[in-house]
Amino acid sequence: MTDATTMRADDLAALREETAAQLAAAADLRAWDAVRVGVLGRGGRLTALLKALGALPPEARRERGAALNRLKAELEAAIEARRAELEAAALEARLAAERLDVTLPPRPHPPLGAEAGAIHPISRTMEELVAIFGAMGFRVAEGPDIESDWHNFGALNIPEHHPARQDHDTFYLPPGPDGRRPVLRTHTSPVQIRTMLTQPPPIRVIVPGRTWRADHDATHSPMFHQVEGLVIDRAITLGHLKGCLIDFLRAFFGIADLPVRFRASYFPFTEPSMEVDIGWNRRTGELGKGGDWLEILGSGMVHPRVLANCGLDPREWQGFAFGMGVERITMLKHGMADLRPFYESDVRWLRHYGADPLSPPSLAEGV
Amino acid sequence: MKFTLSWLREHLETEAPLERIAETLSAIGLEVEGVEDRGAALAPFRIARVVEAVPHPNADRLRALKVDVGDGRLLSVVCGAPNARAGMMGVAALPGAFIPGTGITLKAGEIRGVRSEAMMLSAREMGLGEDHTGIVDLPAEAPLGESYARWAGLDDPVIEIAVTPNRGDALAVRGVARDLAAAGLGALRPWRAERVPAAFASPLRWEIADPRACTWVLGRALRGLSNGPSPRWLQDRLSAIGLRPINALVDVTNFFTYDLGRPLHVFDMRKVKGGVLTMRMAREGERLAALNGREYALTPEDGVIADAAGPEALGGIIGGEHSGCDEGTTEAFIECALFDPVRIARSGRRHDIRTDARARFERGLDPALMPQAIEAAAAMMIALCGGEASEVVEAGAEPAWRRSATLRFERLAGYGGAEVAPEEAVGILERLGFAVEARDAARVTVAVPSWRNDVAQPPALDQDPALPPERARAAAEGCAAIEPECDLIEEVLRIRGLDRVPPVSLPLASPVPPPALTPRQARANLARRVVAARGMLDCVSFGFLARDLAALFGPAAERQVPPAAERQTPWSPPEALRLANPIAADLDQMRPTPVASLLLAAARNAARGFPDLALAELGGAYRDATPEGQLAVLAGVRAGATPRHWAEPSRPVDAMDAKGDALAVLAALGVPMPALQVAAEDLPGFYHPGRAGLVRQGKTVLASFGEVHPKVLAALDLAGPAVAFEVFLDAVPEPKRRRKGMPDLPPFQPVRRDFAFLVEEGVPAEVLLRAARGADRQLIAEVALFDRYAGERLPPGKVSLALQVTLQPRAATLTDAEIEAVAERVIAAVTRATGATLRG
Repeated sequence: MTDATTMRADDLAALREETAAQLAAAADLRAWDAVRVGVLGRGGRLTALLKALGALPPEARRERGAALNRLKAELEAAIEARRAELEAAALEARLAAERLDVTLPPRPHPPLGAEAGAIHPISRTMEELVAIFGAMGFRVAEGPDIESDWHNFGALNIPEHHPARQDHDTFYLPPGPDGRRPVLRTHTSPVQIRTMLTQPPPIRVIVPGRTWRADHDATHSPMFHQVEGLVIDRAITLGHLKGCLIDFLRAFFGIADLPVRFRASYFPFTEPSMEVDIGWNRRTGELGKGGDWLEILGSGMVHPRVLANCGLDPREWQGFAFGMGVERITMLKHGMADLRPFYESDVRWLRHYGADPLSPPSLAEGV
Repeated sequence: MKFTLSWLREHLETEAPLERIAETLSAIGLEVEGVEDRGAALAPFRIARVVEAVPHPNADRLRALKVDVGDGRLLSVVCGAPNARAGMMGVAALPGAFIPGTGITLKAGEIRGVRSEAMMLSAREMGLGEDHTGIVDLPAEAPLGESYARWAGLDDPVIEIAVTPNRGDALAVRGVARDLAAAGLGALRPWRAERVPAAFASPLRWEIADPRACTWVLGRALRGLSNGPSPRWLQDRLSAIGLRPINALVDVTNFFTYDLGRPLHVFDMRKVKGGVLTMRMAREGERLAALNGREYALTPEDGVIADAAGPEALGGIIGGEHSGCDEGTTEAFIECALFDPVRIARSGRRHDIRTDARARFERGLDPALMPQAIEAAAAMMIALCGGEASEVVEAGAEPAWRRSATLRFERLAGYGGAEVAPEEAVGILERLGFAVEARDAARVTVAVPSWRNDVAQPPALDQDPALPPERARAAAEGCAAIEPECDLIEEVLRIRGLDRVPPVSLPLASPVPPPALTPRQARANLARRVVAARGMLDCVSFGFLARDLAALFGPAAERQVPPAAERQTPWSPPEALRLANPIAADLDQMRPTPVASLLLAAARNAARGFPDLALAELGGAYRDATPEGQLAVLAGVRAGATPRHWAEPSRPVDAMDAKGDALAVLAALGVPMPALQVAAEDLPGFYHPGRAGLVRQGKTVLASFGEVHPKVLAALDLAGPAVAFEVFLDAVPEPKRRRKGMPDLPPFQPVRRDFAFLVEEGVPAEVLLRAARGADRQLIAEVALFDRYAGERLPPGKVSLALQVTLQPRAATLTDAEIEAVAERVIAAVTRATGATLRG
């Protein structure tokens, strides 16, 4: 080591220490900026040292350059850290100074002159469903979004390796204390189970609610809404199922002679199972005429295993269940083309399709 | 599942038109997903002969043809195909025909001075594949002038149906035909496999080393084969349903997979090592190079068919490449086995292999068909490839599949809602293959056919373990008694037509039913309407968002979670509410509050040019995975400024707007407003610590409101200001349904007096108001804060609060002295409570 190098190493150490002291002393962002410019600015001390490099012989320049670059990185980090500290302190001070007496009475009115609010089409449809099914003697039952595997599948006669599980694209959460993975319910049907376990028959409930499936494209949303229906009594037949759904569909769409078609199908939790179509015109989207059929919901007589899983004796009790997509019937009713805007909260869309909050649906006025 | 109309007609004798067949299929539960009539697009194309082909006089690459199109005319055609030659048979399109491959309607024209009155077509131009190297070159015996589609067997419509998981038997053309015949669309043609004599002893035998791998298997050796391409009819049939013809032996197995729903496998016997094929579970580390060209690492949960060298097939799912049959195969071994549906489903899903075999085995197959299927397969293979067959070798045993079920005719109406004559019901069941074992006026007992494993199975229950044992047992017995009958009712109703069940409106105990909503449910709707009436837009957002964002709203935010709220509903660690399989990285965490979703929406709207808005959502706030940990929260967000208006200047939204929203909701829900306390303590971390509050009734937190923390705004890239509120609907007590008391309508005019107090900044106005109200509970009807001033005219650190106190005399008009005395009590009470002084 030559004397000159040692001396230079010393002056780097001094710059490091002095900068640290200056930063610590800088009490606000202005003072901090002065420190920064004094070190890293065009005329700053470190900048000057870097400029001086060019005058050194190559060997010394390399060594000295490396040392300076290390120091530069170090100083930049220290300066940046101090800025974050000062900003946090400034925010803290600002927040401490900004005090509002929150016990003051609020203004007597909401902000005046704003445009009218609106009820989301999903909320509106759910209220209409309640109005119509309410008139048929249904009550509303609800259940949690995060469900047990048993409520969502097992109790509904969908055992672990049933092919129907593959169609459900289930979202899972980490295992709970019992070692089982909760699911985001893939349909509103688990509320059938909850209802049968807590309420003695006769039962007549609908279940509007959020449902979830791991599927996302133009026609599928990972969260959507269904309404489930469950009727359990001693002498409920498939004829009642048909009558109930025809009555509902005609009231909901406001078409007294809406064609409704029932096709045999399969769901693990009903037997016999049926899919239900309504008449429409595929080309124009007009409902009720046109000779084409559109699938709109699934239904069936409650499977005896589902009754037995909930402790109801199928020799005594029988009934039907159905489920339909709330978005789907909403889109059909209002001629909406796209599913995605339902969840995007675009104020223009909400104002366009939203319903008047002061006119809740009523059968007297027609839903 | 796809099949062609002509294939169906081999099993179903019917005059029904295609449309009626399709309608019936959908009605009986075999939903038609599509009917593809390829013949329609090919209808205008005729088989033609090239009579003359000479070079085009003005173009090197073109030829001038004379084409005989079969109607006596000889047309001039200009053609660029290199293979056009005199004497060849091809396919011609005449002017006016639509060419599917080019999307153009053909017109007669002139090409470089030569007339072109027709067009000779390539396969691609007809929409029949990618081949465009030349025009279609048909065999010399192709009939001149005939429709190409009819000659090529392409006028056979292809029907695709969706088969539900319960109907393994309908993944067969024969099964579909049987259902249609039962539904009255014709007669199922009789079918029996022709027996193939055993010419030699099989050099291969079966061993079932593990019954989990297979329960019953048949095999048969063939020798003296000459394998090669299948005949046209078989190739056409497979191509029509989207299968690639491979060679005759393999094509036969694919044919029976669809024809009878019976998957088979055929090994090249010379590639099998040793004299035994073993059904066993795979060993750790074993691999299989499968026929789909991919290699699979097997697990001890996979059933395999192995020879001395290792696994040759993943049983019931896919065969191995090594022992597959090719054009050089002369000795083969047919496998016809029965596998456990659950094991097939698991293996198939584990390796993500979707094959026709898997689709059938996981639904369950007809065990009784196996001996016939192996005869039929051997017969067809010998018919196509020559050679002879060995005896049938087997291992395991035919499983017990015989079951019976009883239908009480009365239940068709009592359960199914349809009056069906017993004769009709029994007829349907018999046409479906059920055999009557016993019958009287009230009931029929039938034997379930071997292919209907969905009928009269012993019920597999998954009962709630908390049920009382007696009740659970009775329910299980009831299920065992009822389920087979339900299965039969389903069969009768489905085949007879569900449209023939008359609809009946639900009976009502009273024409005026009880309310559909509980008071709690009705309140949720009301709460939503209250905020919408205050100008907010009701939103519906996903209940999950990015975990980093959620952290800003959850308990991690500097542990500023309200201890009171924490006692009310404690938070679980965020990992417990993180999706194991999110659909996107920014949708992986259940949201702690709908406020988060609304602020995201506000940022999106601001980016679109709509920064001033008011949004609300009634939805889940997730604290843990239990039902109680999923709170129903009505949340709202206001952002930006109020609108500009001549009568009302624009101003930024502030915490008092959010407080107004929250209190308006609580008031509408019937909360006793004077009982509420507001405090700026224990705030959720997403609020500005100095400009937010919690609304409590006793210890219960009913709502929160305030300005959004600048850090949260920065994280969301939202300019602000933004304010938010939450109302915890589950925590709001149900209002007591009490009749209102008598109104208080004193005959004396109220007296109003104003007071201005000077107090230390930081003294909550509520303390002042409470003190004033408590000064005289008889006389003081109302206390309103009508002015608040802090500024230069006051000593530093002081604010002026002005109250209007309304006195309501009840017995007599108040004297000045009485009013003065109350005023003194107000001043004294306020001073005592807050240290305030009356401003001069």
